[in-house]
Amino acid sequence: MAAFVDIKNVSLRYGPAAGGVLALDDVSLSFERGKFIAVVGPSGCGKSTLLKAIAGLWPTTSGSLRVGDEEVRGPLKIVGMAFQNATLLPWRNTLENVLLPLQVVETHRDHFRRNRRQHEERALALLESVGLADFAEKSVWELSGGMQQRAQLCRALIHEPSLLLLDEPFGALDAFTREELWVVLQRLWLEKKPTVVLVTHDLREALFLADGVHVMSARPGTFVAERRFAAPRPRPLEVIYDHGFVDVVHELRARIDEARSARGAPPRATVGAR
Amino acid sequence: MKLQRHLPWLVVLGVFLVWEAAVRLFDVPPFILPRPTVFLEALWTWRAEIAVHSLQTFLTTVAGFGIAMVAGMALGVAIGSSAWLYRGVYTLLIGFNTIPKVALVPILVMWFGVGAVPAIITAFLISFFPIVVNVATGIATVEPELKDVLRALGARNRDILWFIGIPRSLPYYFASLKIAITFAFVGSIVSENVAANTGIGHLMTVASSRFEVPLAFAALFVIALMGVLMYVLTAMVEKRLTAWSVRGTHLAAG
Ligand SMILES: Nc1ncnc2c1ncn2[C@@H]1O[C@H](COP(=O)(O)OP(=O)(O)OP(=O)(O)O)[C@@H](O)[C@H]1O
Ligand SMILES: [Mg+2]
Repeated sequence: MAAFVDIKNVSLRYGPAAGGVLALDDVSLSFERGKFIAVVGPSGCGKSTLLKAIAGLWPTTSGSLRVGDEEVRGPLKIVGMAFQNATLLPWRNTLENVLLPLQVVETHRDHFRRNRRQHEERALALLESVGLADFAEKSVWELSGGMQQRAQLCRALIHEPSLLLLDEPFGALDAFTREELWVVLQRLWLEKKPTVVLVTHDLREALFLADGVHVMSARPGTFVAERRFAAPRPRPLEVIYDHGFVDVVHELRARIDEARSARGAPPRATVGAR
Repeated sequence: MKLQRHLPWLVVLGVFLVWEAAVRLFDVPPFILPRPTVFLEALWTWRAEIAVHSLQTFLTTVAGFGIAMVAGMALGVAIGSSAWLYRGVYTLLIGFNTIPKVALVPILVMWFGVGAVPAIITAFLISFFPIVVNVATGIATVEPELKDVLRALGARNRDILWFIGIPRSLPYYFASLKIAITFAFVGSIVSENVAANTGIGHLMTVASSRFEVPLAFAALFVIALMGVLMYVLTAMVEKRLTAWSVRGTHLAAG
């Protein structure tokens, strides 16, 4: 199967060619349609930058970046994105927030206007599947942080994107809520099988959800290792206590520590499994 | 809670009572500082004239303010969404805003003659600036992640403006309108003071030249009243349209 996302020797520099910040340096990575990919690495290494590059929101400086057999030259137009802060619109209620992509994406716009009820029902079903059925009409700040992230996931998925880019979506949540949402995300992914790139600082989250976990070096970021945990899906949350799983988490952590010191970054004790 | 609701009026009443008492106590003559009861009486005596002139001022102010509402929003949106305009125009705007608008009235009179037009323009000029700055701020400070979410969906700049920039800047807009409406009154009255045959500003000039100090105070009182009324009206519209920006309060109201 041909690669859906194909990144070859991509570098990305913010600012002028001389000076500026080299965020990505010779990054290569490719994966097929429907894969779930996780990217981990030290803070500031260029993970968010990689997502922006894949989405076409920021131009690469050199190398080739192809999504779905086409060179990425500008915003891809149908990508779903979610971030650490939920970025919901406070002037819309939860349901209207979820519907936003249908009002924006060009191929959905007209259909949405003519069949609003039908789309609302779809959004409601999606909200129900993440446990927010009773909160559709509620305004955004009546939702807890975890609920906002669920709503954000719904917004990222309502238009059934073929590519879903998640930038530390659960980073601000407590451990229990986070684990709960791993299971939710796994189920949502299994339903429609979009291609997912998940950026996270949580190694267990990465390994639990993804087909492959890619480790980035300190800035300028490049991939230095990949680890996999082969287990059939849906994976029960308990696998994170399996010996095999824990071992891989430790390996990942060691690779990150290595990657950081290799680039001369000061060692830090807090990166790794939480 | 109940007391808090009536506090604005109680404070005004209190000030008037103290004023009344102090003027009586120190026996201040009315042509220096009239008591509230004296200028309220003047207000009643001159009610017909005052009504005509305040209506004129009111219309003038609302016209200038209305133009500022529309033009301020438009320019604010333009400046807020274009880094080029922001850089290019901002300095000019600040420079212009520093010019005292009173100084422009004679020039406006030269161009448009004595009457309502200079007053409308002055009201517009003086209330325009805070609106532009606030709307521009609201639009320029949209979270970059939020823009990314929309751009990754293929949104064009005008979609981002429509779905995020403008709704987000509405609380800023209304905050500025509340300041701008009071400014607009200042503008039209200052202009009427200098160059008009009608309007409260004109009435005040005439009253002071005739040493009718209570009448001048009555006029001031009416101006303040109109300002408060327009402020309250703006605040009411604001509450309807931007309830979301005040966490929780709409729950109690809704
Ligand atoms: N818009 C920008 N302009 C200039 N430099 C930027 C910009 N965005 C990011 N950078 C720089 O690029 C580097 C990589 O940033 P990036 O946000 O991709 O890191 P990250 O891996 O996502 O970090 P974190 O894990 O803390 O979120 C950093 O040094 C950052 O300062
Ligand atoms: Mg980041």
